[in-house]
Amino acid sequence: MKIIRLNYRIYDELVEYAKNHLPEEACGLIAGKETDGGFTIEKVYYLENIDHANDHFTLDPKDQMTAIKDMRTLGLKPLGNWHSHPESPSRPSLEDIKLAYDSKASYMILSLMANNPVLNSFHIEDGQVSKEDLRIYSEEYYY
Amino acid sequence: MTITVAGEKKEYKDGLTLPELIEIEDVETPQYVTVSINDEFVPTEEKESTILKEGDSVEFLYFMGGGC
Repeated sequence: MKIIRLNYRIYDELVEYAKNHLPEEACGLIAGKETDGGFTIEKVYYLENIDHANDHFTLDPKDQMTAIKDMRTLGLKPLGNWHSHPESPSRPSLEDIKLAYDSKASYMILSLMANNPVLNSFHIEDGQVSKEDLRIYSEEYYY
Repeated sequence: MTITVAGEKKEYKDGLTLPELIEIEDVETPQYVTVSINDEFVPTEEKESTILKEGDSVEFLYFMGGGC
């Protein structure tokens, strides 16, 4: 199973952004570089949820395009997307599964339903969900 | 001819159509994919008839959305 590494600094930014967008779902893309046995997330893109809802999200293809171009410029690889669940657990909903059209993508879900946020990453293919090995690390101890 | 697909330059036959490229690149669920050529989105009704040309840059953007 591939290992997805995420720096605590980026994780904290992600949580803060999502909290600031409550009660709506927050969303965006993730990008990074291939590393031993997986990927390291180097950048999170914070994109508009054009649904502006607390139970749905949709990315605007124009925003996706802008982010993809930025990834190309930075030499990063598109890895997938992320979104928050303001009031439900960190697992794909039936709608998340139904709308997961890219089996190469990682789907990260941040739950804010409890006091402590919970972030997980999933692989979704043909309606089947498997949890990925997401490791949130601190630069202080990782290097 | 050379076409850039998802940031990678590749060689294809002249006169390649967009549906052929989608098949060659094994794009999943193409009905839910937005295609851009040289930063312009291809209207759904033009996907079948679009012919690619030398130097084009193509991106496939999957619909991204969900619930909770």
